[in-house]
Amino acid sequence: MPFKRYIEIGRVALINYGEDYGKLVVIVDVIDQNRALVDAPDMVRSQMNFKRLSLTDIKIDIKRVPKKKDLLQAMEAADVKNKWENSSWGRKLIVQKRRASLNDFDRFKLMLAKIKRAGVVRQELAKLKKNA
Amino acid sequence: MVTFRFHQYQVVGRALPTESDDHPKIFRMKLWATNEVRAKSKFWYFLRKLKKVKKSNGQVLAINEIFEKNPTKINNYGIWLRYQSRTGYHNMYKEYRDTTLNGAVEQMYTEMASRHRVRFPCIQIIKTATIPAKLCKRESSKQFHNSKIKFPLVYKKIRPPTRKLKTTFKASRPNLFM
Repeated sequence: MPFKRYIEIGRVALINYGEDYGKLVVIVDVIDQNRALVDAPDMVRSQMNFKRLSLTDIKIDIKRVPKKKDLLQAMEAADVKNKWENSSWGRKLIVQKRRASLNDFDRFKLMLAKIKRAGVVRQELAKLKKNA
Repeated sequence: MVTFRFHQYQVVGRALPTESDDHPKIFRMKLWATNEVRAKSKFWYFLRKLKKVKKSNGQVLAINEIFEKNPTKINNYGIWLRYQSRTGYHNMYKEYRDTTLNGAVEQMYTEMASRHRVRFPCIQIIKTATIPAKLCKRESSKQFHNSKIKFPLVYKKIRPPTRKLKTTFKASRPNLFM
């Protein structure tokens, strides 16, 4: 199987270890075999080991080491944020975050909603069974 | 960013003024050390080898740490060093790609320790310079001089995001592809 996601200038990656965990960053330049220069709209440009990055499918069109302003423009043009939030990976992360941030009342409401949904499903199932 | 073990210091010192020499020559040196105390000590070590002055009849006039001006720019650093191996002294020239000079120097020390079993006290840095891409000599740094660089990550082990979630045993074999 050939590789689909490459380390290249403009590749969007997710940081999966360390303090900036969970952030989407753009690979701006490659330092050497293990590290890349990485940039995001809300952080200082810094170097990061590839072991801390998970590559995504999104790639934007930038030249090597763009200015911060150009990077922001390119990110807007490629609409990285929306593409990410609509992708299945991005949606899963959003749901995970929401679930982790529930308070007790929210979990109570969730329990009631689940019971209600299960009740409706079971009613429909009973109807189908009666007709079969 | 990562904390560096080696800091770059600028040490300025001279011999103490005597009756015969009222204004002795002032010498300045840039060196790498883990802290300021060690930097001053290294300064006297080198100065003793070059001039007839010791710490007891000299004074350090200033010691400042030198920070990287632009840590967001990638440079090719060339480091000339003199190291002591088990059989004698040798000179060496090494190239590193890094964002800061301190990072390149740290890379150099770790590489010398791993490849040649040379520890920190046996290495003397003669000179460091930022090399423009055209003048790089080593293939390992020249291979990254490509504005359309592209390569896949072949072996991708998923790490737990915090060390707390680390387990010694796993239920199933991890998927290493991407």
